[in-house]
Formats: sequence, structure tokens, C-alpha cells
Amino acid sequence: MLAISFQSISKAYSSPKGPPGTTFLAVDNVSLGIEEGEFFGLLGPNGAGKTTMISMLAGLTRPTSGSASVLGHDVQKDFAAARRRLGVVPQELVFDPFFNVREALRIQSGYFGVKNNDAWIDELLESLGLTDKADANMRQLSGGMKRRVLVAQALVHKPPVIVLDEPTAGVDVELRQTLWQFIAKLNKQGHTVLLTTHYLEEAEALCGRIAMLKSGRIVALDHTSTLLKAASSNVLRFKVDGDLPPALAAQARVTGRIVQFPAHDALEIEHFLAAVRESGLVAQDVEIRKADLEDVFLDVMQKHSGQAATEGVTV
Amino acid sequence: MNGWQTLLYKEVLRFWKVAFQTIAGPVLTAMLYLLIFGHALEDHVKVYDQVSYTAFLVPGLAMMSLLQNSFANSSSSLIMSKVMGNLVFIMLTPLSYWHWFVAYVGAAVVRGLVVGAGVFVISALFTHVSFAQPLFIVAFAVMGAALMGTLGLIAGLWAEKFDQLAAFQNFVVMPMTFLSGVFYSIHSLPAFWQGVSHFNPFFYMIDGFRYGFFGVSDVSPWLSLSVVGAALLLVAGIALQLLRSGYKIRS
Repeated sequence: MLAISFQSISKAYSSPKGPPGTTFLAVDNVSLGIEEGEFFGLLGPNGAGKTTMISMLAGLTRPTSGSASVLGHDVQKDFAAARRRLGVVPQELVFDPFFNVREALRIQSGYFGVKNNDAWIDELLESLGLTDKADANMRQLSGGMKRRVLVAQALVHKPPVIVLDEPTAGVDVELRQTLWQFIAKLNKQGHTVLLTTHYLEEAEALCGRIAMLKSGRIVALDHTSTLLKAASSNVLRFKVDGDLPPALAAQARVTGRIVQFPAHDALEIEHFLAAVRESGLVAQDVEIRKADLEDVFLDVMQKHSGQAATEGVTV
Repeated sequence: MNGWQTLLYKEVLRFWKVAFQTIAGPVLTAMLYLLIFGHALEDHVKVYDQVSYTAFLVPGLAMMSLLQNSFANSSSSLIMSKVMGNLVFIMLTPLSYWHWFVAYVGAAVVRGLVVGAGVFVISALFTHVSFAQPLFIVAFAVMGAALMGTLGLIAGLWAEKFDQLAAFQNFVVMPMTFLSGVFYSIHSLPAFWQGVSHFNPFFYMIDGFRYGFFGVSDVSPWLSLSVVGAALLLVAGIALQLLRSGYKIRS
């Protein structure tokens, strides 16, 4: 049985631009199945529809058409069963200022009808490094600590399916490590994990499969290893003082002085370096590295950038 | 505790943790009304023959505080959770719209009854109040609190900002409570305003509640009970429909 399933799901919002009645498709007819036990990554630029997909799965937003289910339970028709099996870490750093950490976790357990949950709450506090904050009011916690509590709240009813919506945005390195070790452990124990993130190295390290979303559509979906193989295997990286000619810049990724050029073989590398030399520039700190997920991501996004301007808007 | 009981408990705990503001404050305000109006008007106003003006004021003030605080509880809890974003914790749970309704209105009733009882107990130190029909007292207190808790739920769902809620409170709830006969009998009003008062559901809540204490009232307590009951059913129906459709919460 699929842990998470989206069937031809779409979500239209009324568009702030254009004439009245114009709608904007945040998610456009997406079908996606995630197997039990998978660690799945949902990637995409801001506004691609990642959070809308997660909101529809969690029942926070209603799909315009199509459906979603958690372990076979439709998120609308059978919402109670679906939500019992789902733990969601929201993207926004939200908290209830009236309660301390332990109270918040006990109350959250209670909503799910879970009784005498203190042993599991203690384990969660311990695993997330929150034990000494258990009696602190939510208002007194730093942003990183609040994020940990959000994770604990999502897991308090022991859901078999866990969804994390950009859980490491704006979080320090130490917490990222703690969090990923913990989530990876849960995944090894059999929990299904769906993750959205901006940190592509995280997705590369953790996710077995990845879907890339752009303008509400899936533009790439495969095993992480296959996606990496399919991309140009190498990247030529160097620095230049000065602007590349437009013809060259179009083929490369330029970040300030750093130029990165996807290359399949030595011939391409030689050709590119020669072109740089001919333009009167000197390539410095030259290195050749293996392509990573970021390269794949940018490659896929670039391929679909032409369509983005016209897609997703219907009247 | 199961799911809805936990939500009810959380809602009660929420106002209990700030009881100085949510209970002690309203009780003190009502006491000031009682002292000042009672003192100023005791010798000038006579509503019922056997009842002193101060004693006449007590049930009205208790009911007014009960109604305003029931409304304040559900409405402010919802708007705060919406503005702060922590309503998501409840939205992610398996709780149904019935559970939401029972928990939010239940907590509003608890707060209303606690504040109303507080006003009454402290007033009893100043004046003697009888209990002619205790069952009517309980029925009107509970139904009035439920009606206003439900209205607060609707206002909390509707409002997107605190000032919208304040407008609802200042321009609807406050005038209707003040113009319902808390400080006077509507029989002392000109005929036109007497007629207008009969369209104010708050009038029936306070008049029926007062009947429970003195055994006399402006209209039949059974009429009041029917009007309050019908109003409660109507707003409960609206609130349940809004919750079911996810009005302004689930887009």
C-alpha cells in the first residue's frame, strides 16, 4: 500500500493579478505515489506548489480537483483516519504562548486521543535535546528550540508517515544535524518521510527518491542516484575577473566571479576553456568536480523555464 | 481524556492561566457598576415593589458579565490562534467540526459561569438576593453563555484582525447588553423603545434570568426561554455550518 498518494490533484487560487475570476493554479494535475518506508524529497523553487501539496495532504487546504490519501485513507472522506497516521511539521515557526513545552506536547497527544504518553514525550524531548527546556514557556524559547518543539508535536502521536515542510530553513548547523539524525533513525525504523527543503545537499544525502516541482507540475521524478547519473557527470569550475561573453554565459552557471559549466568529457572542458581564453579572460582556481543535486536541479529548472511564463495561468 | 475533552481542557486552561485578566477583571468591573449605580440610584428608582434597586441590579450585572465573557472567550481564543498561526495544531488533528464546537462553546460557558458566579457571590456581600426559581437561574445562565460562546465562535472565525473583533464587540455586543434592561425595567421606557427591546434577544436572557431570582419579570419566563432557546439553535446551526465548511480556516 502507498504511504502517500496524490491522484490528479489540482489547486486553483483566485489570482491577485488579471481580471476578476482569473485563477492561478498552484498545483496542476499532479499524481504521485510514495511507498511505505521511503525517504522522499519534494524540491522546487519558491512558489512551485510544495507547501500547497503538503497542505492538501494534511487537510489544511482543500483540493480544487483530484484527491490525496495517507496509507489508503482519503484525506477528506476519511480525514480522521488519515490524520491519525500523519505527522506534519509546518513551515512557519508557530507556537501557543500559553503553555510550556511539556504541556504543549501533552495537549497535542490528547487531541489524538493518546493517553499516558509521558514515556514517549520524554523520549522525544531527549532525542531532540529539549529535556532541560521541558518546563520552559514556549515564548522563552529561541527559534531553533521552537523548531524542535514543532518536530516533537508532529511526532507525539507516533504517526507512521511524517511530513516536514522546510524544517531546516533558518536553523543552525547543530540543530540540522540533530534533526536529521533523528529523522533518519525514524525512517530506518520504518516511518515514511516526505521532506521539502531548499538545502539540496540535504536532499541528496537523505532522500532515496526525489520529485522536482515547478509551477505546480512535476518536472522530474526519480531515484536520487538516477537523477545524479542522468545529469552531466562533471562540472568545470573556475573564477574569472570580468564578464563572460553572452554566448558562453548562457551555457554556464555564473555566481559573481565563479563560473560553473556542466561537462560530459575532456573535449567539452578543453573547448570551453579555449573559448574563455579567446574572449581575453583568464580562468583561475580551475577545478573539475562531480555533479551534485544542485546541478541537476538547476538543469531541470532551466529546461522548464521557457514554459513557466505561459503555464499555470488559466482564465 | 479523548480528543474533544482535551480541546475543552486546553481552552479552559488558556483563560485560567490568565485568570486575573479573564475573571478577576470582569468581576471588579461589575462590582464598580453595582457600587456606583446602586449608591446613586438606590433611593430614586423602584422597579419591583419588594425588591431594592441594588438587589434588582445584581442578576442583571451577573448576566451581563456572564454574556460578555462567554463571547470574549471563544472569539479571542480563535482570533489569537488564527493571527499567531497556532490554530494549525488543532487543524492537523482528527477532531471533527462537532468536537470544535463543543470544546470552544463549552469553555466559553465555563468562563461565563465562573465570572457570573463571581459577580453574584461578591454582590451577595452587599445586598440580599433571593432565589425564587433556581432552575430558571441555571437554565438561563447556561443557555445565555452557550448562545454568546457560539456567537463568539462565529465572530472569531469571521474576523481576520483584532480590530474587526473589537468592532463586533463594541457595536453589537455592548449596545445589545446595555439596552437589554440590565439597569432598568423596560416598562419604564417609552412605548416605542419597549417595542424595540422585544426584538433584542439579550432582553429575554436578562429578564428570564432575573425571574429566577425574584419570581417577577417583564414578560413570561417561558416566552424568554423559548426565544433564547430558538436563538441558540439558530446561531449553533450557523456556527456548525461554518466549521463544517472550514470557513476562513481551510481554504
